[in-house]
Amino acid sequence: MNWTLCFLSMLSTLVLGVSVPPGALDCWVFLSCLEVLQRIEGCCDRAQIDSNIAHTVGLWSYATEKLKSLGYLCGLVSEQGPNSEDLNRTVDLLAGLGAERPETANTAQSPYKKLKEALSSVEAFEKHYLDLSHATIEMYTSIGRIRSAKFVGKDLAEFYMRKKSPQKAEIYLQGALKNYLAEGWALPITHTRKQLAECQKHLGQIENYLQTSSLLASDRHLTGNEREYFCREILSFASQQAGSPGHKIVLPMHSFAQLRDLHFTPSNAVVHVGGVLSVEITVCSQMPVPVHAEQIAINVHFSIEKNNYRKTAEWLTKHKTANGIVSFPAETSPFPTSQNSLPALELCEMFERSPSDNSLHTTGIICKNVHVLLRKQESGASLEAPSGAALEAGAHVLKCTAVTLEPGPNAITFRTQAKEPGTYTLRQLCASVGPVWFVLPHIYPLVQYDVYSQEPQLHVEPLADSLLAGIPQKVKFTVTTGHYTVKNGDSLQLSNVEAMLILGHEENRAVIYSNMREKASDAALRVQSSDKVTSISLPAAPAYHVIEFELEVLSLPSAPATGGESTVLGMTEPHGKHKDTQKGGHCMATMDHKVSIDCPWSIYSTVISLTFSMPFRTTHSLLSSGTRKYVQVCVQNLSELDFQLSDSHLVDTGDSTDLQLIPLNTESEQRIHSRQAVFFVWELKWTQEPPPSLHCRFSVGFSPASEERLSVSLKPYTYEFQVDNFLTLYSVRAEISPPPGTELCKTGSLCSLEVSITRLSDLSDADKDEALTEREDYFSTKLMYEVVDNSSNWAVCGKSSGVISMPVAARATHRVHMEVMPLFAGYLPLPDVRLFKYLPHHSAHSSQLDADSWIENDSLSVDKHVDDQLDSGSVQSRGSTRSVASSEHKGLPMPRLRALPPGQAFNASAGTQVLVIPSQDDHVLEVSVT
Amino acid sequence: MGWILVTSATVILFLQNYPLYIRSVPTENELKFHYMVHTSLDVVDEKISAMGKALVDQRELYLGLLYPTEDYKVYGYVTNSKVKFVMVVDSSNTALRDNEIRSMFRKLHNSYTDVMCNPFYNPGDRIQSRAFDGMVTSMMIQVC
Repeated sequence: MNWTLCFLSMLSTLVLGVSVPPGALDCWVFLSCLEVLQRIEGCCDRAQIDSNIAHTVGLWSYATEKLKSLGYLCGLVSEQGPNSEDLNRTVDLLAGLGAERPETANTAQSPYKKLKEALSSVEAFEKHYLDLSHATIEMYTSIGRIRSAKFVGKDLAEFYMRKKSPQKAEIYLQGALKNYLAEGWALPITHTRKQLAECQKHLGQIENYLQTSSLLASDRHLTGNEREYFCREILSFASQQAGSPGHKIVLPMHSFAQLRDLHFTPSNAVVHVGGVLSVEITVCSQMPVPVHAEQIAINVHFSIEKNNYRKTAEWLTKHKTANGIVSFPAETSPFPTSQNSLPALELCEMFERSPSDNSLHTTGIICKNVHVLLRKQESGASLEAPSGAALEAGAHVLKCTAVTLEPGPNAITFRTQAKEPGTYTLRQLCASVGPVWFVLPHIYPLVQYDVYSQEPQLHVEPLADSLLAGIPQKVKFTVTTGHYTVKNGDSLQLSNVEAMLILGHEENRAVIYSNMREKASDAALRVQSSDKVTSISLPAAPAYHVIEFELEVLSLPSAPATGGESTVLGMTEPHGKHKDTQKGGHCMATMDHKVSIDCPWSIYSTVISLTFSMPFRTTHSLLSSGTRKYVQVCVQNLSELDFQLSDSHLVDTGDSTDLQLIPLNTESEQRIHSRQAVFFVWELKWTQEPPPSLHCRFSVGFSPASEERLSVSLKPYTYEFQVDNFLTLYSVRAEISPPPGTELCKTGSLCSLEVSITRLSDLSDADKDEALTEREDYFSTKLMYEVVDNSSNWAVCGKSSGVISMPVAARATHRVHMEVMPLFAGYLPLPDVRLFKYLPHHSAHSSQLDADSWIENDSLSVDKHVDDQLDSGSVQSRGSTRSVASSEHKGLPMPRLRALPPGQAFNASAGTQVLVIPSQDDHVLEVSVT
Repeated sequence: MGWILVTSATVILFLQNYPLYIRSVPTENELKFHYMVHTSLDVVDEKISAMGKALVDQRELYLGLLYPTEDYKVYGYVTNSKVKFVMVVDSSNTALRDNEIRSMFRKLHNSYTDVMCNPFYNPGDRIQSRAFDGMVTSMMIQVC
């Protein structure tokens, strides 16, 4: 049974409504408790009592409490001892007890005797009270009622304090405080701390006292006056000790002030060597009055970052944090609610992809603050212990002197000039008030700033997507100065490339930007060109700035060489090289110019490559009309710009003087729009025997149509080509006549086709080949003709091709008759008549000798008649050999065909048409063409 | 694992022995109540550990009178999730019998459950709910 419960319930009902002098009731309760306890002890053995402590300990505690209140009442607890009033009260109480009852009078240790003794002297009271208290504490502790034990201990501490023996009180107060802190009881904490502060003050534990004072000064559960009192205690201590330097008292920061947030300028916390970084922190002062701190400092740990990429300017500009504000969690809230409310987990996802195929092979969740979580659990008990607030003495300290911290948030700004490159981690925050140092031992989350050093760099890039050759193009130069300071007189030396000019203007200006892309200034740029070197004098710029300027460059236009078997005809450039990337006919030809630049900061040259595209593509063709010859040049504009073309010229670069090129172009200036083509035609005239081949150079001046005036004279665009075998040797004329007796051709009826091949000139150089046979003075050559109708308008009946022997003499004519049948009605174009040179087969040895010329001719014939080759199956099916076939079957006695160059054969009946009327009968005619 | 308390006077709710909610009506003597309730936790812990041996479904949440003092009676209640409720009432108030106390605890428990159902409430934080405050106030008025 629970004695305490029974007894106290009984007591509480009994006590009600009885009026007695002060202390009398306490005496009575004390006596009753002890009597009950004595009775229990009397009737039970030791083991039973021990096992029932839980039931009796309440009575012990009650008795202790009553004795304590009696002691206070009778002035037995004060240092001086009881005064007369107290003595009177004691006498009254002792008288009220009456005489001891006879049954206990003879026992040595009756409760009555105990009470009487205790009240009779200060020393006796102390002895009895301590006995009781210690017994109670021991019992509570033995049954695990720690809180109750601490509570009794606190009473005991109060007693000791009254007795002016704080060293004994301290241990009980500390014990109780620890318990309340662990369980987060705000009011008991405040109360116990106040007691502890007093105790520590008496003991002269300055550091502990100041720490407790700072905690109390920031305690919201105290009144303003009390907080101010404790704050003044600290300040007055600090001012007293100000004269004696060297002695530091280190206190934890959190009770004094709390770090709320931190903000870097520049906000990404990356600064170059020599740059200025400012750190603004917001500190929430917990003190009730303004506190003047001599110095607020942040200790910084310096480490050299290995990964240097992070420190480059690219990183700087690309990785800007949102606002650069780091917020700190409000760590210990004004009263410690609970140590169990752990900081929130900081989780982040992690994905690892395999480098080869980018497939996910590991994923996970990382807890970033695991060290905080684990530490909290381990050291939860030692919250109040002066946590190792050791002052770190680092080489790098950010300082701010003479700061007055007002209650509430304060902004403090630190400025520092970055020196060594690396990573700086903010470690400790400390504020000094005289010899008192408030230290925040760890700044968490981790705050870092980076200092980087950068090599000077030069970038050259075109402003447009691609640079066009021939017209001035803008190129942007960017000089990132890095750690180099550009002085007046520093210049970039560009080695000149023949085919590329650097155009210097008077109005060239360079703009200097700061590292944060803010415009700092601009200055004129001087460009000086000599034969070999163009020198650009840079404006003076401080380190870690960017100089930007634009220059115009002009690449000389030149067409990729074409025409005949000619190789490179364009100008040869020492550095430039042609890249003929004409794919599908719509890509511009490009050429690269490599420019080497000597920079003042380096002994090595920087080589940059600029790629220019030709805006034009040019083709040429030879047109004939009988024996008259025309050269046509087609200029295609491949660029997005419109151009103005002027002064087109075609000149013969060969040495034949009697050759005349007469322009048929009417307009001297022409506009060529983007993606359009312009044709130029010249008539070719000669008086004497013309050379077998003609070397021409086409040139045309051009300028962008949009720009009114250009400062430089532009070089014309040139195109060189060669025309071979342009003299007309044969004229081919075809004629279709209706069947005899009818006026018009009819579908389905045979008509006669007469082909006449006429030799127009006498023997010339062009005829001298294997087909030429000489018999006495009479020369003849072998030709093959072929009638093909690719549009299937005509059915050629019978033999459609044949070999003729053509006399090499002017006006020699050969006529061939054939029968053709129109398949459709209407105006039908005549079937094509083609002429080939019929070359005799080679003997085995000679074929080898002529292989080179064959390849050449072959390529030409293939070029010109690619379509025919594919379409005219009849030619091949007949087994008449092509040159390709013959070269494949070397040694076999096979004749070969060579197409006549387009200039040599003139089709006089090209474009003529014949009217065919439909046949009257409606029969469907089927014709198979073999 | 938690706590509440009431007196005629004070209601405290605790979690793991740290207070989640404390309310007392005569505010001048709050500190005394705090000490009183704190020491009463010893008894609550004792009772809970004794009860732990009993079968779960037979468990009584109401712990009964924890301990009396001269002026006050301290009652306890523990939820299945070990949230402790402690109520301190004036001993002179004889109108409050065991059954009333028990039903008051049940009301508190329901209200506490409502607080826990709030998705914005972090378990373990101090309870700052107007509804809960209102309920406790009405209960205290009824008691006084």
